[in-house]
Amino acid sequence: MPSDALLRVDGLSTSYGPVEVMHNVSLEIQEGELVAIVGANGAGKTTLLRTISGLHRCHSGKISFAGSDITNSAAHTIVRSGICHVPEGRQVFAPLSVDDNLRLGAYTLRKDSEWVESEMARIYELFPILKEKWQLESGNLSGGQQQMLAIGRALLGHPKLLLLDEPSMGLAPLLVEEIFRIVQELNSKGVTILLVEQNARMALAVADRGYVLETGQIITSAPANELLNDEAVRKAYLGY
Amino acid sequence: MKRIKGLIILAIILIALPILFPNNYFITVVGTAVALHAVLAISLNLLMGYAGQISLGHAAFFGIGAYSSAILTTQHQWNPLLSIGAGMLITGIIAFVIARPILKLKGHYLAMATLGFGIIVSIILVQAGNFTGGPDGLSDIPPLALFGWTISSDFHWYVVMSTVLLLIVWLVNNLIDSRSGRALRALHGSEVAAEMMGINTTSVKTNVFVLSALIASFVGSLFAHQQAFISPDSFSFFFSIELVTMVVLGGLASTYGAIFGALVLTFLPELLVVFEDYEVMVFGGILMLMMIFMPQGLFVALENLISRLYRNYFNPPLPVPASDGENHDVA
Repeated sequence: MPSDALLRVDGLSTSYGPVEVMHNVSLEIQEGELVAIVGANGAGKTTLLRTISGLHRCHSGKISFAGSDITNSAAHTIVRSGICHVPEGRQVFAPLSVDDNLRLGAYTLRKDSEWVESEMARIYELFPILKEKWQLESGNLSGGQQQMLAIGRALLGHPKLLLLDEPSMGLAPLLVEEIFRIVQELNSKGVTILLVEQNARMALAVADRGYVLETGQIITSAPANELLNDEAVRKAYLGY
Repeated sequence: MKRIKGLIILAIILIALPILFPNNYFITVVGTAVALHAVLAISLNLLMGYAGQISLGHAAFFGIGAYSSAILTTQHQWNPLLSIGAGMLITGIIAFVIARPILKLKGHYLAMATLGFGIIVSIILVQAGNFTGGPDGLSDIPPLALFGWTISSDFHWYVVMSTVLLLIVWLVNNLIDSRSGRALRALHGSEVAAEMMGINTTSVKTNVFVLSALIASFVGSLFAHQQAFISPDSFSFFFSIELVTMVVLGGLASTYGAIFGALVLTFLPELLVVFEDYEVMVFGGILMLMMIFMPQGLFVALENLISRLYRNYFNPPLPVPASDGENHDVA
């Protein structure tokens, strides 16, 4: 096994109360990769991401990131080490303006305002619609705009690894395409991305590699195009 | 820019009032009380309105400041300025120690814990008679002197409290717009999401709790010197509730709203004296009506009204969007 993986998850098991929901999950991501985790509702995809970013504790297993052990570290310290999480359901700070939301993304960096301004300009260039609405309360944005805001906010933290949880959830088909286009564009610019999706077809179409998670266990892992053509995966998750 | 504008308007009002109505009881005495309550409400609003952490024990910190100053100046002959500092130090330490366990709680439980703290402090003030003078309180607290200028008359106190109010407004407005202020407002929305931004929510909550207690302690000391006499009544649970009412009435998460709430709750009882026996009933009734018709707070409601009038006067009313199902923006 190559030891230079950016993120390595080893034998991870987590529980909600007495019920174990993830059993011995292992995966790894190399720098620059776009990796998708697909699986049905309730398979444990969100729990896996939440455990990686420290919002949920694991009772056994090990998570190492960029060579250091981050297992069960506090969420706010994991952010500092370079993992930014775009949570399921976006979780923008509704009463705060779009601008304030983005600025919060740079919270950990403690850079001078000039630096933050130029970074803000970069994000506004990536998402012009946000620039138009910068003064609005972010709770008033549409779902797609909130998703862009959540991604933009995470990007301001200059992540070494971006965790995306169901970015297509609740969005119109056209917007889903737009979001996946952005995800691919970010990855081509060098951002390492771990993408969790129920929309397996879209996710595997943009990813380099994929893992299939089923009732808390990884059942297959392969290059994304192989998974797309795999008979069993197609039947179970792609519906054709 | 908006920050400065509000501050300038407030300063003009505070300066103009005593010039327009010299030697008026309502300005120098009630006005001073309004300014003092306003500072307390602003400090509580930092915690409640911005950070979203309720406290039913704010009067306790106000009381600790007041009693620290009173005890150190009367029983130990300390310099008043030094005892204000000592009071803040004591308050800061107490607030810091209780902040972590207390702020782990949320909602009703946090309310209960802060309520308990407030009651404990007021029981100590009554029971520790050797130090606090018990229910009779402490008297003969020396006046405050600044650079050889003794603050004695009501008008002097009006000037001092107004200055303190302006300073605190300036401080809080700057804080709210800063990096730490954004962290504060973020954790109000969702603590989990705030953690995801790398915000250490425990330490941010502790910091704002301590800051808010320090401000309360500072004006508590001023209050002791102004009154020259203090008793536990001024720092009871009921005063904590009054402060919460000021914040909610004025409008949560609005500094000027907190001032407005303090103004209404301090002035109204003075005006309602004409109702004599029915004073409390009328007072309660007015509060209920305000909350029913302006649930977002008095100040916010007034702000909206003014901006609507302004728009209607200078611009034609905005066209009503078509509601026939066409022309929907595809977001």
